[in-house]
Amino acid sequence: MDELFKQLAESLSQVSGFIYPNEAELHWALLVVIYPYLTGLVAGAFILASLEKVFKVKEVEPTYRLAMLTALAFLIVAPMPLLAHLGHPERSFEIFLTPHFESAMAMFGFVYAWYLMVVLLLEIWFEYRADVVKWSESQKGWRRLAYRLISLGSNDISPKAVAFDQKAVHTITLIGIPSAFLLHGYVGFIFGSVKANPWWSSVLMPIVFLFSAIVSGIALVLLLYYFTTLVRRKTPEMSCLNKLASFLLYTLIVDLSLETLDFIHRLYESEESIKILSELIFSKLFLSLTIVQILLGTIGPILLLAIARFSRLPDELKRVGYFIAALLIQVGIFSTRWNVVIGGQLFSKSLRGLTVYKMQLVGAEGLLVGIGFLILPFLILFLLVKLLPPWQESRSS
Amino acid sequence: MATTCERREFLLKLLQLPCSAVLLSMCGPLPLFADEKKEGYDAGEHYYGMGIQVDKCIGCGRCAEACKAENDVLRQPYYFRTWVERYVVYGDGEVTVDSPEGGIHGFSAAESDREVLRSFFVPKLCNHCDNPPCVQVCPVGATFKSVDGVILVDKDYCIGCRYCIQACPYGARYLDPRTKTADKCTFCYHRITKGLLPACVEVCPTQARVFGELKAMSSPLRRLMRMSQLQVLKPYLNTEPKVLYSELDREVR
Repeated sequence: MDELFKQLAESLSQVSGFIYPNEAELHWALLVVIYPYLTGLVAGAFILASLEKVFKVKEVEPTYRLAMLTALAFLIVAPMPLLAHLGHPERSFEIFLTPHFESAMAMFGFVYAWYLMVVLLLEIWFEYRADVVKWSESQKGWRRLAYRLISLGSNDISPKAVAFDQKAVHTITLIGIPSAFLLHGYVGFIFGSVKANPWWSSVLMPIVFLFSAIVSGIALVLLLYYFTTLVRRKTPEMSCLNKLASFLLYTLIVDLSLETLDFIHRLYESEESIKILSELIFSKLFLSLTIVQILLGTIGPILLLAIARFSRLPDELKRVGYFIAALLIQVGIFSTRWNVVIGGQLFSKSLRGLTVYKMQLVGAEGLLVGIGFLILPFLILFLLVKLLPPWQESRSS
Repeated sequence: MATTCERREFLLKLLQLPCSAVLLSMCGPLPLFADEKKEGYDAGEHYYGMGIQVDKCIGCGRCAEACKAENDVLRQPYYFRTWVERYVVYGDGEVTVDSPEGGIHGFSAAESDREVLRSFFVPKLCNHCDNPPCVQVCPVGATFKSVDGVILVDKDYCIGCRYCIQACPYGARYLDPRTKTADKCTFCYHRITKGLLPACVEVCPTQARVFGELKAMSSPLRRLMRMSQLQVLKPYLNTEPKVLYSELDREVR
């Protein structure tokens, strides 16, 4: 506790203007930034996967299974930072047992369980079922046992059964798209519905969250697809990358338009919070909002993608352009989450002062733990890919 | 055919289960527990509020001190169930607000070389809103509005997610690092249920704070409500505070 008091004393010494005495402590720190970032990647990756299944965008087919596994890996990790951030993680199950239905946060468990169990696991199971049955026959040792387990005892790979699998996948994807919208729109609602906080309270918040989620998910799958094809010494399919880049560009433009609309709306309405919020944007958030989120993370990638997609550059150069744009987008979307979560707590609700956030290096909410939560999904994805190879050449049929 | 019928019946029964649970919950608390009352205290007969006469507050900070002592609030200056703010409006229109250590040791003199238009103290505490956003957002219902209108936290139930702290527009909540649960003013619930006054009201030397029944016909608070023009903090948020201020300046947020 002494450590905490020391931190609070330091924070208090850097406050400008007036804050309520209880506001010295910043309550939602790095881990709560990581949570919406991870769920955004889940929703985005899933929506990309649904493009192929529902909207029949054939070009992105090579990324379908990879996108599904990515969504699963990130969804498994998504609640972990939240859990670690709770004062009493051992009581978290109360959200399931005695949910308070008026609370937006109480729905978390149900939305999450629905998405994990009904959408992702089921769709992946049907998608892989026939292959898993075949692998369970062709593989030996523990792999054979693992595939037996995953197949849940089913072994019918007649054309009729496989056709049913495909129909099931299609149906689940149809349910999955609104579910993905729900999953991340809901995260936006958690912030957007806090009327006490003028930086968060906005009806656009769930929609802005959603589009930034789609942007980050597509960018992540693009990065992973590019990276994994290189590691496997293959050439990435240019038609697939081009299509991904196009979708990335369009959603990025929609995302930027929404953010701009939000900005102009606030400026035009000019409510009582406008003074402190402009001070916030031009001081504490200048680097993370103006430079990183808008210039580096949005406008830069838009230009890069537009040039790489629509000019007559050689394919190698185009790919590099896409890759750099997708990387920048990840940095940009992470700072978007940062600016929402941390930015919303850097000003006093008295609207008379600004406070500071000093990230710790070690400790339960420190930088190292945060980096751990960002690396963990990739480790899980690595295992998933080993077990259920998403590559086209691995398909047994 | 027989099996399909059984399955249908089973599914129907399965459907009935949540339905009956919903119906049961509509009946309110089971009569089994309804008689449970605090000995000698009937919460249903009370509805509490507080009046604060801004022009009477002298900024001595005794209320903040008494609150910390009475309720075992951490001494560090980052945890307050009640505190006092000082507003200074200068001749050029500039407004400064301060609350050094919650005003617990009083206030040092303001800058003397500038023309001061007006200056005053404002005691703050949980507003025990009738439409409390903190209660709305609590995912497990650990924070709740009691029958007598007081907003309380069950610290054995709170999961420490801090959503209520974010939802409070008045900065009235904090996380107690000892219990890792949300904490706030209770109107000294342990005292008022015994007929005593909250500690901050008890020690106020100028009677700036008036505690009492909001609905009873004769109470000091009702008298204040009759005699003064009252305002609440941030009325546009529709939280319907039950802490009412008289002579409240427009600069106060």
